[in-house]
Amino acid sequence: MSETTTEHPAVENTGRGPLSMDELAAVIGHDIPAGAYVNLGIGQPTKIADHLPADADGHPTCILHTENGMLGMGPAAKGDQVDPDLTNAGKVPVTELPGAAYFHHADSFAMMRGGHLDVCVLGAYQVGANGDLANWHTGKPDDIPAVGGAMDLAIGAKDVYVMMTLFTKKGESKLVQACTYPLTGVACVSRVYTDYAIFDLQPDGVHVLATYGITLADLRDRVAVKLLG
Amino acid sequence: MSRAQVLQTADEAVAGIEDGSTVLVGGFGLAGMPFDLIDALIRQGAKDLTIVSNNAGNGDVGLAALLAAGQVRKVVCSFPRQADSWVFDGLYREGKIELELVPQGNLAERMRAAGAGIGAFFCPTAVGTPLADGKETREIDGRTYVLEYPIKGDYAFIAAYQADTLGNLIYRKTARNFGPVMATAARTTIAQVTEVVPVGTLDPEGVVTPSIFVDRIVPVEARHYTVQGAR
Repeated sequence: MSETTTEHPAVENTGRGPLSMDELAAVIGHDIPAGAYVNLGIGQPTKIADHLPADADGHPTCILHTENGMLGMGPAAKGDQVDPDLTNAGKVPVTELPGAAYFHHADSFAMMRGGHLDVCVLGAYQVGANGDLANWHTGKPDDIPAVGGAMDLAIGAKDVYVMMTLFTKKGESKLVQACTYPLTGVACVSRVYTDYAIFDLQPDGVHVLATYGITLADLRDRVAVKLLG
Repeated sequence: MSRAQVLQTADEAVAGIEDGSTVLVGGFGLAGMPFDLIDALIRQGAKDLTIVSNNAGNGDVGLAALLAAGQVRKVVCSFPRQADSWVFDGLYREGKIELELVPQGNLAERMRAAGAGIGAFFCPTAVGTPLADGKETREIDGRTYVLEYPIKGDYAFIAAYQADTLGNLIYRKTARNFGPVMATAARTTIAQVTEVVPVGTLDPEGVVTPSIFVDRIVPVEARHYTVQGAR
């Protein structure tokens, strides 16, 4: 749980629609502190790499960790830069920045499990109001489960942020009072970034930091969790 | 055998692997995948194998080809389901292969423990999730941990960049991944390398896997595999 307290009322951005995934990535990127060691998982959160605050050389002010064994990961590789021996956790070819370091898997996961990583951003099927995370398995009998590094990141990073759409295709809220999908980690999520709203999970409850394309009142109608702020 | 053997072909390198062996296979997707050793194992024909690897095969090459050849009884891995894991998916759904799903950090640490002579360890990963069901837990200093046991291999297959003739290894970029850990955790570690160099060539400060962990070395042609679509 984040220790920052939220005393400001939620900012309602109603003169617009919900955030696109790129806009959402930019919002999260803006919140990543300079100097932080950050893991962006696989899939959607990797878009955040395109929106990180940069220094005078154009390099991110934070240092990206990729679970397959690298700190100082650079942008996706293009053309001649593509090297099959240099990929990110999603197996996408990437590049290295000055100051990069390579290491083996036990060291890479010691960085997570040992509490050295400042922030990770993960996708999710569901997030519980208490910070429970479900993102590895739908639990359907015919589904082949795959967990990768999600459980290690969930328990290891100092701050676990989730990036997801707020509603399923059927319109059900993915921020829930209690997760019904199999858990990835218990009470580990501190911040939930979605297309319709940003939530801060605090010991006293779920605070809304901002809404996009929806009023706070409508958000309360559609999310079956008590929302503060 | 104390000193590593330098062999000329991958077939010699995998000679003698018995049916029912546990083989640790390096690689993360295709990066660091010991393709030549796996292809040689297919030719060698050992069956009823347990394979420990991060993934359960990509496309129709490497581990996927070994699975398709019907030589594998069980896969221990963290991330079997991928866009191109159709060989594993088919065998799993037909009930022809067993899966032990292990969180990635546990996979690495359980092998590290095996290589370091650790009997078991308490770990915070997976607490409160189905992957900890039935496992012993303990509260230590206010936090709950799950008891995890080592994973030991009969053989480890790893792909490194350079070896000297003693067996010291260096790797290339993120192809390092599981190689250094697996090298410690098997009775017999077999490394395919892009180049074998004379003793004294590698900077001792830069050696990643010391020769004591390596039993057999075989130089192979640099593989011009593609990363396109490799997930």
